[in-house]
Amino acid sequence: MTVPFYVAPEQLMKDRADYARSGIARGRSVIALRYLDGICLVAENRSAALFKVSEIYDRIGFAAVGRYNEFENLRIAGIRHADLRGFSYDRRDVTALGLANAYAQLLGTIFSAGGEKPYEVELVVAEVGETPAGDQLYRITYDGSIADETEVAVIGGSADRIATTVAAGSDPAQSLSAAVRLAVAALSTTSPLGVDALEVAVLDRTRLQSRKFRRLADGELGELLAGSAPTPRRRRSRAPERGSDATGSAVRAES
Amino acid sequence: MTTRRTPGLGRDLLDEHTTSFADLLARVAPAALPAQRAPGSADLAPTATTIVSLATPHAVVMAGDRRATMGSTIAQRDIEKVFGADEYSLIGIAGSAGLAVEMVRLFRVELEHYEKLERVPLSLDGKANRLSALIRGNLALALQGFVVVPILAGWDLDRGLARIFSYDATGGRYEESHFFAVGSGSAYARGALKKLYRPDFSIPDAVTAAVQSLIDAADDDAATGGPDLARGIFPVVWAASAEGVERIPDAAVGRAVEAVVAARRGRPDGPGAPLL
Repeated sequence: MTVPFYVAPEQLMKDRADYARSGIARGRSVIALRYLDGICLVAENRSAALFKVSEIYDRIGFAAVGRYNEFENLRIAGIRHADLRGFSYDRRDVTALGLANAYAQLLGTIFSAGGEKPYEVELVVAEVGETPAGDQLYRITYDGSIADETEVAVIGGSADRIATTVAAGSDPAQSLSAAVRLAVAALSTTSPLGVDALEVAVLDRTRLQSRKFRRLADGELGELLAGSAPTPRRRRSRAPERGSDATGSAVRAES
Repeated sequence: MTTRRTPGLGRDLLDEHTTSFADLLARVAPAALPAQRAPGSADLAPTATTIVSLATPHAVVMAGDRRATMGSTIAQRDIEKVFGADEYSLIGIAGSAGLAVEMVRLFRVELEHYEKLERVPLSLDGKANRLSALIRGNLALALQGFVVVPILAGWDLDRGLARIFSYDATGGRYEESHFFAVGSGSAYARGALKKLYRPDFSIPDAVTAAVQSLIDAADDDAATGGPDLARGIFPVVWAASAEGVERIPDAAVGRAVEAVVAARRGRPDGPGAPLL
């Protein structure tokens, strides 16, 4: 008769955490930081098709690092969750805190369930408020813990080192250009990252549409990195519920 | 009675494969679907009436009157029946008002949901087909008298032109050329548009033609409300073009209404058309 091999629960959890952490640390970092008119999400991402930063709802953005299929699944589940909530109640009832809690529950359950491997992901859920005081940043880790960040949230890669650098130079009243340059400088290790290696989106409270998420096109990003203030692109559209995701516009422009 | 459940972010949301919000809703919270919510008699619900839509070379315009009726009572005199469905399309609804407004809400989430999941918007034909499916989902209620008759118009970005789609109660989808009207006053509105419509309309021309046709509809159909100059209640008018959708401001619609009403003081039936 074989004696079942005993593993202490502490050891089991530590092994699972080490497994998830090493997967996350291999990736490149994503920074979410506040600026005067909202929150910008800056990722080092050399792919033009696989995104790390996305729109979830009117005022809520999502950034993730780690295993692509896992965070893509979480992104989709988050959009479903938010749209179901907004449809059942009201659009204003969809909040970043609610979504962050839902993600934490899901990741926590998966982390402690014995049957499956823990997700190797770390997420940021950001919400832009009507005023800067309403801005919210939540960082959610693979085991379902939530951190409520005040100004900057960094996930993936050498997150701690980058967070220290960015926090030291960040000011919530900074311009978008200053915020992007600060984030890009912190992400750059050897040579400064170019437009091709960056994915940047903003949750911009000054947008007229109710959808505040906007992906920055390469041209606009180049201008921001050069330090010149780009001309704000205001559409004349006054659709109450819709905005344009710049991704969609780019695809349409090519077709 | 079914209670509405608001799902948490459980495994069920991870395991779904659909990009359609309506299909998702049908599986995880079926009680929230508009079609599940209105048993009883159609006489209980207000009815919304006439919507017209006109294509021009650079935009499509949609306008609706502001009246909702319950039998012979005016249920609401400033209801809105024309909406921006997304950045490039408009939806107007005639029929059972409560259900129709819910259906518009569902349709808007449906389009946005797809766009967020897939990161590209649906094509205009794709939007038109999704609307068909939503109407078909309402068929059981339509048979009880809760008919919802939408009209969809939008700017087709791939083809660079304005398109108009009409629907029947079973979800049948028909593409219309130039102009179309739905609702109880639609026959009169369409008659007016036949005489007024020109393919080279500018947007203000199209707004004026829409106002003319709605006034003609209100003239002969009790369920369609004419412009209310005393209260400042004018038709709701939207336009969709390559630059997006836009609601024509009440001030501009008001000017068109006043011009039309002034001209009708001389000729109450509206402008005459050449005999040949």
